Amino acid sequence: METPTVHHGAMFDTNELVLNMGPQHPSTHGVLRVVLRLDGEKVVDADVVIGYLHRGIEKLSENRNWTQIILLTDRMDYVAAATSNVGYCETVEKLMSLEVPRRARYVRTILCELQRIASHCLWVGTHAMDIGAMTVFLYAFRERELILDLFEEFCGARLTYNSMRIGGLPLDIPPGWDKKVLEFCKIMDSKIDEYETLLTHNRIWLERTRGIGVISGPEAAGLGLCGPVLRGSGVPRDVRKDEPYAAYDEMTFDVPLGTSGDTYDRYLVRMEEFRQSLRIIRQAAEGIPDGPIVGKVPRLIKPPAGETYHAIESPKGELGFFIVSDGKSTNPYRFRVRSPSFCNLQGLRRLVRGHLVADVVALIGSIDIVLGEVDR
Amino acid sequence: MIDQLVIPLVKILIVLNATLVGVTYMVLLERKVIAWTQSRLGPMRVGPYGALQPIADALKLMIKEDITPVRADKWVFTAAPIVAMVPALIVYAVIPFGDTVNLFGREIPLYITDINVGLLYIVSVASVGVYGIILGGYASNSKYPLLASLRASAQLISYEVAITLTLVSVILVAGSLSMVSIVRAQESAHVWFAFLQPIAFVIFFIGGLAETNRSPFDMPEAEQELTGGFHTEYSGMRFALFFLAEYANMIVVASVATTLFLGGWLRPFPNVAWLSFLDVIPSWTWFLVKSFGFLYIFIWVRATLPRYRYDQLMRLGWKVLIPLAIANLVITGIVKVLLL
Repeated sequence: METPTVHHGAMFDTNELVLNMGPQHPSTHGVLRVVLRLDGEKVVDADVVIGYLHRGIEKLSENRNWTQIILLTDRMDYVAAATSNVGYCETVEKLMSLEVPRRARYVRTILCELQRIASHCLWVGTHAMDIGAMTVFLYAFRERELILDLFEEFCGARLTYNSMRIGGLPLDIPPGWDKKVLEFCKIMDSKIDEYETLLTHNRIWLERTRGIGVISGPEAAGLGLCGPVLRGSGVPRDVRKDEPYAAYDEMTFDVPLGTSGDTYDRYLVRMEEFRQSLRIIRQAAEGIPDGPIVGKVPRLIKPPAGETYHAIESPKGELGFFIVSDGKSTNPYRFRVRSPSFCNLQGLRRLVRGHLVADVVALIGSIDIVLGEVDR
Repeated sequence: MIDQLVIPLVKILIVLNATLVGVTYMVLLERKVIAWTQSRLGPMRVGPYGALQPIADALKLMIKEDITPVRADKWVFTAAPIVAMVPALIVYAVIPFGDTVNLFGREIPLYITDINVGLLYIVSVASVGVYGIILGGYASNSKYPLLASLRASAQLISYEVAITLTLVSVILVAGSLSMVSIVRAQESAHVWFAFLQPIAFVIFFIGGLAETNRSPFDMPEAEQELTGGFHTEYSGMRFALFFLAEYANMIVVASVATTLFLGGWLRPFPNVAWLSFLDVIPSWTWFLVKSFGFLYIFIWVRATLPRYRYDQLMRLGWKVLIPLAIANLVITGIVKVLLL
């Protein structure tokens, strides 16, 4: 970034202010650093600095066997760990051409959608908190807790689940778990309305989000944005519909789309995704088929030589895994993650330009990043 | 001797201590009310139901290390919290907490003093408090506090205009600047001024939120944007002074609103004879109840609403509140001349 410009000629010489936001800042959602160049409070330019949470997960994975990597994928998007598990396992299954039993695919669908709700709960809470509405944060965390309880019952963990195995599930669902999931859906229905009462028609909320960070569909796609951010701009791209995985081909659901591509539309898209997720969970939980939970998996997992890319729709967007296997060793030859948070963060610089400091935090919240996934 | 010196001094002591205790417990009340709004419990550990939490907080802040940044302007940095705190406290000198009471055969009025320009005194003293924020932000020699103090000065100046205009319309109705006379005027008018001046009341309430840097207008300390705003660099007792000044100012706004618009210490319907059994309750209780209601709304608003953006706040102030206040003032004047 260049040095600040000095404007001469006015009554007083004015100077741009360089403001360092983060990595220790309450609203950068972790350890994101944004260097802002300000003209008064207006953002002239922003430089996004990442890497404070880099643990080298991709390189580490090349030195772990195929099953151990599942545990590492937990640590990427730690608010939706099960989604990363599913994404990774499905990629390996694709590489090995494994057939996953229908029961396992249904449970995966439920887990993925529960994670989407949990992740969106965290998003709506922090996003509203950044804009100053603090009660939504506590309400959303209250419901997220219910999901964590469901996960605890399923796999024993509450944050990093390690909840998948290549070819299926580690354990069958506990008896009565599907009933509890349906009960949760019933509770969650009314709670979404509660969040919306506090925000959707609130005049201050509208003023703070409408027309902020507008990005057109083609431009968003050009920047590589994905997930709700892209759909907020009206681009109908959803991996669940376009390239169905797990049991999404058997589910009926809508993909909510925005029209104007501003922060408010991204908000509305995610709020509607809450409801669509509940719809999917209901269908899946009511229709869990009987059968085995693991397919025919060889004792020693050793995919044939080759490479593959497989993407799933994580709560934040398109989460893709690119894996190369040399066919000889018990670990991947090359492992690379296309993480939605990283790709969406590309858009931040474009989005904040011309807005005010207060909008920067609104926009960081609006693109919904998890730094664990950005840096990996 | 006793009337001139002892009684006022005792009253000052009582008011000062009551205010400081009130302010610290205001913090606890805020934490509790917000916790209940958010289905939490709030402080529970220190004392029964967290009742001793403010004392623990005060102790903690007093024994904390007091840091002055190397590059700060030392004198101004030290003076700023004092400049913020003192005006917030001396405003209480003219606020009438109650009617006169009979104590040891003496008629003692429940206010420290009643000066004939009481309202003017409040407005002028309260506006000095802004300097504390501006100086604090400037002296820190740091970017976030500087931005915050710029916001604060713009915000407080524009909202002060709106507030003062509403006060003028109240003065027109009451015909006096003395706080006590304004309460008496409401007694003889048989109605609270909140009903005679509803627009002024609403503008005063909104302006009061902005004046005290309360949500949704807490721009100068917007934690999520400016990491604490003007007091980012402050720690220990100096930070506590800023903090207490904010709450003291809240109580000031609530007390002024109670006095001007809600009939001060008067019981509800002071002229309805069959309600006179309510006179058993001392007058200052009514004052406290009304102010408390006001403060409760302050907290409630904070728990519910998102924060305005700086430019939107200025737009609301200059394009909505000030024109409305002026129109209200002009209409009040015309009605007053024509009808009375």
